[in-house]
Amino acid sequence: MANPAATVLEQANGWLCEGRKLALATVIETWGSAPQPVGSQLVIDEEGSFIGSVSGGCVEGAVVTEAIDAIASGKPKVLAFGVADETAWEVGLACGGKIRIYVEPLV
Amino acid sequence: MKRTLLDRLLAARAERRAVAVVTQLATGEQRLVPRENAADDPMAAILDQGFRFDQSGVHRIEDQEYFVQIYNPALRLVIVGAVHIAQAVIPIARGTGYAVTVIDPRGAFATGARFPDIELYPEWPDEILPRIGLDARTAMIALTHDPKIDDPALTAALRSDVFYIGALGSKKTQASRRERLAALGFAPADLARIHGPIGIEIGAKGAPEIAISIMAETTRVLRLGG
Repeated sequence: MANPAATVLEQANGWLCEGRKLALATVIETWGSAPQPVGSQLVIDEEGSFIGSVSGGCVEGAVVTEAIDAIASGKPKVLAFGVADETAWEVGLACGGKIRIYVEPLV
Repeated sequence: MKRTLLDRLLAARAERRAVAVVTQLATGEQRLVPRENAADDPMAAILDQGFRFDQSGVHRIEDQEYFVQIYNPALRLVIVGAVHIAQAVIPIARGTGYAVTVIDPRGAFATGARFPDIELYPEWPDEILPRIGLDARTAMIALTHDPKIDDPALTAALRSDVFYIGALGSKKTQASRRERLAALGFAPADLARIHGPIGIEIGAKGAPEIAISIMAETTRVLRLGG
């Protein structure tokens, strides 16, 4: 509760120590009624297991897919979700907000 | 993010040191900036604002986007006085992100039964506070009404960087408290750091409403300063 981001990063470190390959997704910008504030984080492993939260469940599925790609490619990318975005509509950011998420492999 | 940067970030957090991670979004290039070095960074003004207001965000500089993530140490609330109001403050404080510590040398008050799952010290504040360490991400509230307990706690808080100091008691109690602390050598500017009577004015009746008033004031000072 005190610091969700720290908890996520500390758990990520535990996963790294187990030899798992990881990506980190961070909310970098929000507009409107986005459910998670800037700085919220999600850590994903190559199997698609994840801890943390970037949206309260709306876009996690899409972010996990992109994160697995990032682990494979070793390259970071910026994702955008919002009502104007077709993909976001599909994954359902029902709150009507918009968010940008930075996905980076932990190398 | 590189493993070495993550290690430095986690080490800083474990030691309650404020750091920021600056990421150039187009390239993924990253740097870790400790708060004490922020003034020398090319993004000094942005970092200073970020640390002060605990605000991460994207900044555009010369056609490049940078994400600045602020990692301030977790908030802490030190409550002196294992009293009824403390019991009402704790759930609100936890809900707003504070790790809570309760100190009261009176064993009958500072019991695990009254304060389950809380870091609890049945000791004198002047003995325990130096061990806990008071810093700029810590708020301290003195709730006992007993000068023998509250005064040493306030003395320790005034000699530290805590961002908020609150003390329960009427205007009359506050005036005599200020006289006692002034006699210990504190200047009026020091004593002005003590919020007393504690809390914002909402006409609070009873412990739960007083708790709301205390945490509202703490939040105001944290977010808006002063």
